[in-house]
Amino acid sequence: MTDSQIPSTGEVSTNAQLPEALDADQIPAEEAAPTPAPDEPQSRFSGVLREIASGNALISVLAVVLALVAGAILIALTDPGVRAASGYFLSRPADTFQAIWNAVSGAYVALFQGSIYNFGRPTFAAGIKPLTESLTFATPLIAAGLGVAVAFRVGLFNIGGQGQILIAAACAGWVGFSFNLPFPLHLIVALIAGTVGGALWGGIVGLLRARTGAHEVIVTIMLNYVALYLISFMLRTPGLLQAKGSNNPKSPPTRDSAIFPHLFGPTYNLSIGFILAILATIYVWYLLNRSGLGFKFRAVGENPSAARVAGINVKNIYVIAMLVSAGLVGLAGANQVQASITTGFGSGIDAGIGFDAITVALLGRSRPWGVFFAGILFGALKAGGFTMQASQNIPIEIVLVLQSLIVLFIAAPPLVRAVFRLPSPSSGPRRRKLAEITGTKAVVTK
Amino acid sequence: MSTVTGDALAKTPSRAIAATTVVKSWKSPIALGIFAVLSIVLFGFYGRAGTSRFGISTTTDFFQIPAVAVPTRATGIVIPIVLAVIALYAAWLVYRGHKVRVWLIALFAILVLIVFLTWASAGQTIPVPGLLVGAVGLSVPLIFGALGGVISERVGVVNVAIEGQLLGGAFVSALIASVTHSAILGLIGAAVAGMLVSFVLAAFSIKYIVDQVIVGVVLNVLVTGLTSFLYSTVLSPNNETLNNPPRFDRLPIPGLSEIPIIGPVLFRQTIIVYCVYVAVAVVWYCLFHTRWGLRLRSSGEHPQAADTVGINVNRTRFWNVSLAGAIAGFGGAYFTLGSVGGFTKEMTAGAGFIALAAVIFGRWDPLKATLAALLFGFATNLQSVLSTIGSPVPSEFMLMLPYIVTIFAVAGLVGQSKPPAASGRPYIKS
Repeated sequence: MTDSQIPSTGEVSTNAQLPEALDADQIPAEEAAPTPAPDEPQSRFSGVLREIASGNALISVLAVVLALVAGAILIALTDPGVRAASGYFLSRPADTFQAIWNAVSGAYVALFQGSIYNFGRPTFAAGIKPLTESLTFATPLIAAGLGVAVAFRVGLFNIGGQGQILIAAACAGWVGFSFNLPFPLHLIVALIAGTVGGALWGGIVGLLRARTGAHEVIVTIMLNYVALYLISFMLRTPGLLQAKGSNNPKSPPTRDSAIFPHLFGPTYNLSIGFILAILATIYVWYLLNRSGLGFKFRAVGENPSAARVAGINVKNIYVIAMLVSAGLVGLAGANQVQASITTGFGSGIDAGIGFDAITVALLGRSRPWGVFFAGILFGALKAGGFTMQASQNIPIEIVLVLQSLIVLFIAAPPLVRAVFRLPSPSSGPRRRKLAEITGTKAVVTK
Repeated sequence: MSTVTGDALAKTPSRAIAATTVVKSWKSPIALGIFAVLSIVLFGFYGRAGTSRFGISTTTDFFQIPAVAVPTRATGIVIPIVLAVIALYAAWLVYRGHKVRVWLIALFAILVLIVFLTWASAGQTIPVPGLLVGAVGLSVPLIFGALGGVISERVGVVNVAIEGQLLGGAFVSALIASVTHSAILGLIGAAVAGMLVSFVLAAFSIKYIVDQVIVGVVLNVLVTGLTSFLYSTVLSPNNETLNNPPRFDRLPIPGLSEIPIIGPVLFRQTIIVYCVYVAVAVVWYCLFHTRWGLRLRSSGEHPQAADTVGINVNRTRFWNVSLAGAIAGFGGAYFTLGSVGGFTKEMTAGAGFIALAAVIFGRWDPLKATLAALLFGFATNLQSVLSTIGSPVPSEFMLMLPYIVTIFAVAGLVGQSKPPAASGRPYIKS
């Protein structure tokens, strides 16, 4: 953010000092701020952001390690082999440890082989397939995560991902199976339909928030249910979304001309959707960090009252932000019917992505590239989780536990430091203070 | 949508703005008007022939009241006209600078409900007591969750983790009640489980100053993952011994349970439902009429001021958030011990989020939040009752109805709801 953009945002500025004050507040919250200001205002995320900015990559790695350890304990406790061996623990304790090792190593080897590289395959081309699977799972998570992150930056909590994905998938799917257009055009029209559908569904939230002050958390939750029942109704009603000649609540398959082409040939499921996710990340980065609109977004997110005084139309920003946010979530919905499930969709097409996206956005600290890598991490966990379930019989839900623990630990660096007995960054001054206190005490006792 | 008129009688200019400004809000008349027009179109023009009957009594009542029968088409014409009159009256009130009273809106809502029920049940009988009994039952976990949410947010910690607390309560209550064969112990276990979830919420948001919304969302995911994982690995292979809890039986209160309508609805329920009545009353009384409540609210409204007068804000927050979790967890037991018995994956199915909506809808007030939760429970049960008697509306639209009504209510009638001032903000003593 440069100073030159401030006049353009402060059109009706009544107080010359306010934009400057606003900007001063902005700068510490910027990513990679070397030294966060000590008395930054208590905005929604500034506390967390400061924590993360002052920490380092080590904390993130250790957080993942801690989560994996917790997952290992859970796996060991519930493994039938371990339970059998622990029955005679006192006579042959080594058996128990052997069983624990087998269960945990088996699980995590499967997680790795399912998400990054499978050493069991003969060629590199076959061995690398899990990584492409991870990226395939990551694609909708990145897109939807970006959407949630944009809303977060404006101070809105978009829990409506589920509904927005459903509506977007229905729009893109409908265009995808009912129109007969040539290849690239059909794909693009379906993609646009999905994005616009999602954006409009989310736009309702922004509009209600701006015009009536209705709390976006309530409205998004309610619209999730409305979308779910609306899509369920349309899927079981002939002539709307239901496939012809079928009684199942399922749509016809997407036509080939609307399906995202594979990126590396038919061996891999990875489609150009992933390229779209990268483009979306770049767009959001540009939007938030380089554009005037993004400045307004962040100003409203930091302090809506100050933003209003500075001449920003806060109500309009809420509407635009929800449109952009839900549009990105809609991209994930379009990806669902144009890449992930092209054989026709049911009312579960959202696959929980709307809620996963919230965790992705939180892990990525609502920063575009942070969300991108958080999405890839969660995609990898998802891909590996399926392999783990298939080969080791460990329920896929362990992935949810790992995901949530990673976010929790990363959000609380003091906890991670305490577990690993790392020095706290603020321990230096505190020790000095302590010395001062004891020093004065000594003087008093003398 | 709103216009401001100043009052010339103001004595000092600075006070004039604060004290005598009247804000005309046209939202209520507009919302009422939309409903009135919709009901005229739906029930008047698309009215159905026949008579609608409302069953009032059950066989065990003191005295029997015959079923009330009303002509469907006539009702569908008369009531929408009354609705239109009320909407016009509301518009006139706003035009004259008065406020639209709550009782008027309540009357309007009841009339809409009556005309809708009449229309939907043409040629059929609606069992009113059955409709309400189920509604109270479905509201129970929502009310407990909403009470937990109200306490937590009033003390200054946003509680998005209600879903996790309910789910944790449901899981632990099923497990403990199955192992010990005691539903009461299961109930206590549910409260402890909810409290444990809250401990994490409190520890992370108060000690480690992590954003409360983040902790709440993540806790929901964590509890969902943990309970589903343990269900698949532990409960479901040993279903007979670990997931087969005893259920609470209905416990009619002698005398009271024989009053028509009120008896079966309120006093022929399980012990968990009776606990709801107590919990709502106690939370409401204690929150607004005791020292504990004052301290709690001051920690959530103005922690600095509370600290100045000697309240340990963070300790108050920690223990009250834990209490909130215990209450919500208690409600989770209803899913297992109060209704179906065994635990299943993600059995709360978003009830925690509905409870959260009830908290905001009820403006962080225990009684209003309870009413909001009852509304959700009623609407859900209305759908199932209407689908059994064969309603003309597709069931999906009936299921959608409570959520659409909520959106309208929040947008048109409630408007901007203000949370406790310091809710969501960590208190760092300087």
